[in-house]
Amino acid sequence: MSSHDLYLLSPELSLVGLAALLLLLDLVVARKGVLLVLAVFGLAVPLALSISLWFDLGASGASDNTGILADTLAVDRFALFFKFLFLGVAAAVILVSSDYARRFERFRIEFYALVLFSVTGMMLLASSVELITLYISLELTALPVAALAAFNRDSRSSEAGLKFLILSGISSAVLLYGMVLVYGFTGSTMLDDIAARIGQIGLDEGQPFGSYALLLGIVLMVAGFGFKITAVPFQMWAPDVYEGSPTPITAFLSVASKAAGFAVVLRVFYVAFPMDIVSVEWSAIFAVLAALTMTVGNFVAIAQSNIKRMLAYSTIAHAGYLMVGLAAAAARAPEDQGALGPSGILFYLGGYAVMNMAAFAAVIAISDRIKSDRIDDYAGMSKRAPYLAGALAFAMVSLTGVPPTVGFMVKIYLFGAAVNHDLAWLAVFGVVNSVVSAYYYLRVIRVMYLSPAPTEERLTSGLALRLAILVTTAGVLFFGLYPTPLLELARTAAEVLVTVS
Amino acid sequence: MELSGWLTALVFAPLAGALIILFFTRADAHVRFVAGATVLVDLVLSIIVFVLYDLERGGTQLIDRTDSWIPFADLTGTGESQVQYFLGVDGLSAPLVLLTGLIGMAAVFASWKVTHRIREYFIWLLVLQTAVMGVFTALDFLLFFLFWEIELMPMYFLIAIWGTGRKEYSAMKFLIFTFLGSAFMLVGILALFFSTGTFDMTELPRAIRDNDLIVPAWVIFTLLFVAFAVKLPVWPFHTWLPDAHTDAPTAVSVMLAGVLLKMGGYGMIRVSGHMFPEVIVDAAWVLASLGVVNVLYGAIVTLRQTDLKRLIAFSSISHMGYVLIGISSVAGVAGAVSSTGLTGASMQMFTHGTITALLFLLVGLVYEKAHTRYIPDLGGLAARMPVLASVFLLAGLASLGLPGTSGFVSEILVFLGTFEVWGWATALAAFGIVITAAYILWAVQRTLFGPARERFESITDATALEMLPVAVLVVAVIGVGVYPSVVSDVFAKGIEPITQFIQTEGGLTLANIR
Repeated sequence: MSSHDLYLLSPELSLVGLAALLLLLDLVVARKGVLLVLAVFGLAVPLALSISLWFDLGASGASDNTGILADTLAVDRFALFFKFLFLGVAAAVILVSSDYARRFERFRIEFYALVLFSVTGMMLLASSVELITLYISLELTALPVAALAAFNRDSRSSEAGLKFLILSGISSAVLLYGMVLVYGFTGSTMLDDIAARIGQIGLDEGQPFGSYALLLGIVLMVAGFGFKITAVPFQMWAPDVYEGSPTPITAFLSVASKAAGFAVVLRVFYVAFPMDIVSVEWSAIFAVLAALTMTVGNFVAIAQSNIKRMLAYSTIAHAGYLMVGLAAAAARAPEDQGALGPSGILFYLGGYAVMNMAAFAAVIAISDRIKSDRIDDYAGMSKRAPYLAGALAFAMVSLTGVPPTVGFMVKIYLFGAAVNHDLAWLAVFGVVNSVVSAYYYLRVIRVMYLSPAPTEERLTSGLALRLAILVTTAGVLFFGLYPTPLLELARTAAEVLVTVS
Repeated sequence: MELSGWLTALVFAPLAGALIILFFTRADAHVRFVAGATVLVDLVLSIIVFVLYDLERGGTQLIDRTDSWIPFADLTGTGESQVQYFLGVDGLSAPLVLLTGLIGMAAVFASWKVTHRIREYFIWLLVLQTAVMGVFTALDFLLFFLFWEIELMPMYFLIAIWGTGRKEYSAMKFLIFTFLGSAFMLVGILALFFSTGTFDMTELPRAIRDNDLIVPAWVIFTLLFVAFAVKLPVWPFHTWLPDAHTDAPTAVSVMLAGVLLKMGGYGMIRVSGHMFPEVIVDAAWVLASLGVVNVLYGAIVTLRQTDLKRLIAFSSISHMGYVLIGISSVAGVAGAVSSTGLTGASMQMFTHGTITALLFLLVGLVYEKAHTRYIPDLGGLAARMPVLASVFLLAGLASLGLPGTSGFVSEILVFLGTFEVWGWATALAAFGIVITAAYILWAVQRTLFGPARERFESITDATALEMLPVAVLVVAVIGVGVYPSVVSDVFAKGIEPITQFIQTEGGLTLANIR
């Protein structure tokens, strides 16, 4: 391991260092607010290192695929895009939990540290190009989250934590079984080797995916990953866990965990199972799952009365939209437009992170004060907290996909990818689903703006929380009017996948 | 990069006014002042745009265009297939811009008495105007769609908060219908982009002809047409309209009838007609049939309405049928497509906009004073409010197409243009005028005339402020009626290239005589 390897790994190392530092200082520093500031500003270090890595990749002109630790981790633009995303989400989660975390009393700093550990796992996950490393990163991501989900220490929260732990364990087992089959078939755990070996072995045209072992392996892996990205029919855990967890963790799960899931799905399927080698197109699986997932998510969301549950189902629906990008996979693309699907996913994940964080930040600010997660209790919020209500309404509009918001821009781009890949039917499915979603998103707006307020009492919220709401809402508007920077970033990052495969 | 600036100012002036209200006003009077000043400025801008449009030169003018805005996907490899910020007017859109300026002004001044959540109210009304202006001037398809969608939220709030009756239901119904229509439109737009590599609406007609479409043309046509049909509205997609109109506040009904419906007709001509000549020629008989259904069904249902507002709402459905019939004339006679029918359809949009907006204004005033819109409860108002009553009568007569009013001009053009092409449809549609005469005269007679009622004794005539928007619209109705070529020449200039394109590309043959 050379010093250059250390540099390549420095964002993760500095993040672990930050988490450890927080835990240590917690013992001696009495004013926890200082540590909060440290946590947020400390994130600038891994972020700066990631940015520096991004530009080094370009400047050196070297291959984008810079491997470390016996080539099990790759530092390329794809991984770095996700590192930016995860660090941004981590900062937002820490900011929005500034008020909320007070209730954890002396465990407050542990809460932040666990978030940072989980983010470390996600960052490694985005870099993993080898199945075992990938699996370990996945566990590193999930275990802190299980603890965080149970942080409220009431029965619902404990249920959430336990449920997440057990179901996450089961899905990991399924995933591991799939990996074992793929390893047994190809004799390698390196993603690019897998593709090469499949190519060498040659596939039996008569069998789906050329081999029943490979078929079973791929299906089991889809199931395992499906759990992480809350694809139907593996979404059952999400509503209960989302409802029971502390709300900042719900936000973290719905944004960062989902992004991590998509990162690894993209990496594995594009690198290990490129469709010019695997004879049956796995994108067809994702097309069906996408249609199912968005439909189930949206229709069940209509019936929800708890805003966290509603957002949980909305998250499922958005996973469905995101999978449209998986369905629009590279091999079906006309020449040199292969990156449309994956770049659509990255673009969508970026936009989704901003708008969903905005929604959750506002929900945290409101629910924390009125001590209720019921949508009906948001009545008259436009009077009691005009700015919070405005921010939440704007986030809802964005989640629906109406301009001038980032939700509109990411949706048209992703559906555009589908249309371009002969999947116009899926795009129609997606837009009709958006109309369905308008119904429940608008209900939140309707309650806040049309129902009379039960009391006139104004809501207050802390500075950090207000900052988070301001930044995310401004992001929703800015990228809604000028999405170009985010889009270019996503496109550059996605090119890694397409040139590799 | 081209920038004349007029259209950008025109589109975003209302938004600027809305922002000023949001951030800088506290007192109600200030809100009204800013809103009023904004729409007056925008009216002046729309008049300037209309006048600046050089009829001799034709084509797209007053262009505001940036080279790139969103690098959507570089399909051609030249880096040019980008989403642009591209505004411009041609003969088709210039009068509609003027119409929007007029109606927007009328809507704000008709709202002078709104007191409930007044800041939000005027903000949404102004945002709505920005959206509509944007739709009529955007020449980048994605920008067009963006403005088309922005119009949803203001309308939802305006109906749901300031409406009457089942306002939340109606607002949601409006939103879901429109959103569903535009959802299909989005897929259509994307399919066009990925087939041709451009969002430029001025280039798309030729680009569609020269490229292989990744989705069959008739599918894309249908996806887009449904969105416009919901908006116009075309039977059977019309059911949102009576609800939305009945429950909306006066000013919103004015905007809805005056300009929002015209977005549908505008889209049909600019997109369905110009971009898909072959498909629309084949589908023209469908348009003609739907048009006849619209005219007759709308008129017959109007006959039995007892709520004044609902009556005018249904009459709008009937009148929008003429737009469809006018458009159906693209099938042409003996291989030649005359521009009369389409010009008539456009004129019908303009005149219906002014006449119906006027009618809704008057109904709003009547309701405000008499506290009822239920026709059997009204009567004898002419004695109490002579000025209002005479304007009401005038608007009613214009609505049924009395010569000398603008309604006559547009309907005669539609009939002239379509008769040779679809004789049966024109004949049936012309019968709609008889029914129109019946319901208009019946409504006017039962509301305004007859014995004066005791409980209306304290009613007064309209004040000067109330008459301001009314007077402006009356001038428009009479002016266009007496001297129609002010508007129709401009429309004709915009229609001409479209009908020529259809004539050469529409697969018409000399044998094509029906």
